[in-house]
Amino acid sequence: MYAYDALDDRLVRERAAQFRGQVARRISGALSEDEFKPLRLRNGLYLQLHAYMLRVAIPYGLLNADQLRALARIARRYDRGYGHFTTRQNIQFNWIRLEDAPDILEDLAAAGMHAIQTSGNCIRNTTTDQFAGVAADEIEDPRPWAEIIRQWSTLHPEFSFLPRKFKVAISGSPNDRAAIAVHDIGLSMARAPDGGTGFRVWVGGGLGRTPMLAEAIRDFLPGEDLLSYLEAILRVYNAEGRRDNLYKSRIKILVSALGIDRFRELVEAEWALIRDSALRLNEAEISRIRAQFAPPAYEVAEARQFAARRMEDTAFARWSTANLFSHKQPGYAAVTVSLKPAGGIPGDITANQMVALADLADEYSCGEIRVTHRQNLVLAHVRQDRLYDLWRALDSLDLATPNLMRVTDIVACPGLDFCGLATARSIPVAQRLSERLAEIDERHDLGELTINISGCINSCAHHHVGHIGILGLEKAGAESYQVTLGGSSAEDASLGKIIGRGFSADEIVAAIETIILTWLEQRRDGERFLDSLRRTGPAPFREALYGQD
Amino acid sequence: MPLIDYGNGNPAIADDAWTHVADGAALPPDRPATISLERWKAERDGLSGRNLPLGVRLESHERIEEILPDLPRLALIALDFPNLNDGRHFTTARLLRERYRFGGQVRATGQVLRDQIDLMRRCGFDAFELAPGKDGASAAAAFEEISVVYQPAADTRPTAAQRRNRPPEQAVAG
Ligand code: SF4
Repeated sequence: MYAYDALDDRLVRERAAQFRGQVARRISGALSEDEFKPLRLRNGLYLQLHAYMLRVAIPYGLLNADQLRALARIARRYDRGYGHFTTRQNIQFNWIRLEDAPDILEDLAAAGMHAIQTSGNCIRNTTTDQFAGVAADEIEDPRPWAEIIRQWSTLHPEFSFLPRKFKVAISGSPNDRAAIAVHDIGLSMARAPDGGTGFRVWVGGGLGRTPMLAEAIRDFLPGEDLLSYLEAILRVYNAEGRRDNLYKSRIKILVSALGIDRFRELVEAEWALIRDSALRLNEAEISRIRAQFAPPAYEVAEARQFAARRMEDTAFARWSTANLFSHKQPGYAAVTVSLKPAGGIPGDITANQMVALADLADEYSCGEIRVTHRQNLVLAHVRQDRLYDLWRALDSLDLATPNLMRVTDIVACPGLDFCGLATARSIPVAQRLSERLAEIDERHDLGELTINISGCINSCAHHHVGHIGILGLEKAGAESYQVTLGGSSAEDASLGKIIGRGFSADEIVAAIETIILTWLEQRRDGERFLDSLRRTGPAPFREALYGQD
Repeated sequence: MPLIDYGNGNPAIADDAWTHVADGAALPPDRPATISLERWKAERDGLSGRNLPLGVRLESHERIEEILPDLPRLALIALDFPNLNDGRHFTTARLLRERYRFGGQVRATGQVLRDQIDLMRRCGFDAFELAPGKDGASAAAAFEEISVVYQPAADTRPTAAQRRNRPPEQAVAG
């Protein structure tokens, strides 16, 4: 994986020192809170309901074992001994003191990490497929390109005060595991007729109050032109995007107001003027970065033992069916470490678990850990003949719940327990649901079924693209949960539709249960929930939930 | 209002030789002056006899493209930042320098704070009218805080990629 050179290292250290000065000026009163806010946001520091929250960047979700240990130290020293992984492949600490923030940034810098641009109206962390470099279906490993974007976007002088936040996602495979359709810019790796690599470019996706799927703006962009094209899009957006209304300031609104064809014309006209400039990537720099993502030295692994263990141990068999992803290297597998135990808080991990997992990564997976946009972790390079030992170790840490992409693999934002923008709680709903649904899944084998719960319309948990989406609102002083059905963020991306009136905090678990039981009556031989729903439409669910009213 | 002048490649606290003249007010007979874009468009022909330097002020929603043919007549473009969130003129400044090759002063006015001016300088601004009450001397230190840049902009600083891929004899350690 990418290791900082002296320049990268210097930048993050200078940035930490700069923030130390800014915090000192805030504390002395030289900076007002209004003046300080954009500065702290660009260093990942939010003011939440009870304390500051620090969001640490995990570029494209990739960590080494020492970085995970550094995060554990931060959790112990400055927080309450745990962290929370987000749907943007980052980690958040919820109980931070302002005075400690500069020290934390310095500790991060020492580990080759930072919190730059993890919030604020600027270009955020670029996300990608958690199986990048591992998946057999990928055209090319997207991570070198994500690192190129990380560098280009870091402290970009022109795009640090955009109309609104800006998110880029990149998928190396036509099977989209990076949800590119719901990002401001989505990049999908593609091949030119002459064999060169590049991208299909999408623009204007996003969730929130006005969910939209991205539209294709360019069928093929040569890799060397990536940055000039991004710069052209951002420049048009910076100049033309609305700044008068927070809810209309994302690029999706601009794209839909102008229409994709007019928007494309503007971008292409700008691009023509900057394509041939210092932004063009040179082969030396691309190769330098690519070389750092070279596959690890794989060993010849034996598969027989794995099969035998699966026969012997049904719990292991169940876990390995649910949580393994096939690796392009024969004899290896990519393991998803579930952060969704029944009744747990989705995405939460204790410092002790982090340290133990870092050790397991060193022992079993080339010292590398990945964060998924569904708030789980991945050990991407595990020999199949060592899976059984790894599984036992994970199980003893309560990290082996066999539920990847299943009904208890719930994605949830922090909601009203922490977030200052929330209109309802999401964590307790996720906890109650996962306890209840674990049982039903056990009995009926529900297969792939995703549930996403957001605590307000900002949709951080992407509820519009959950097969079942839950949005927590506030109605007359009480929490009210709106349910959407039929969302997907995969290559068959779709936005869920509201099924009917909302449910109270007391009703919501039973309502979801009703939906699932209703589906089981409709289900044809092992069908996914989403496929049944697409076949039957919402009528049976509506009737079961609301009767004839 | 403290003015930081970066015109010579070094930040200096400067006395401001310029006067910003409101619409309808008379231009000073002996000093360089700036006027609004609207006024410039209305009066530019009448001002052709004036032989003191002239500048034009743009509000954040105004476009430099409206007066491209006039740029050779202007010694200063002042770009206003009405608040801390409106970043449109970062783009304007880059276009002025990189595309329209404007050689006069590009000045930031309005909500101009110490912690934004290094980014502004990278976009081509070379003069900064700090917001009222802000200390110019300590602000000048802001230009020294970050020494590594990742992306080409209107300044001439070599990017990290350019430094990395220099021929070996020119490479700097770190
Ligand atoms: S969806 Fe709303 S409540 Fe949840 S984290 Fe985002 S802003 Fe906060």
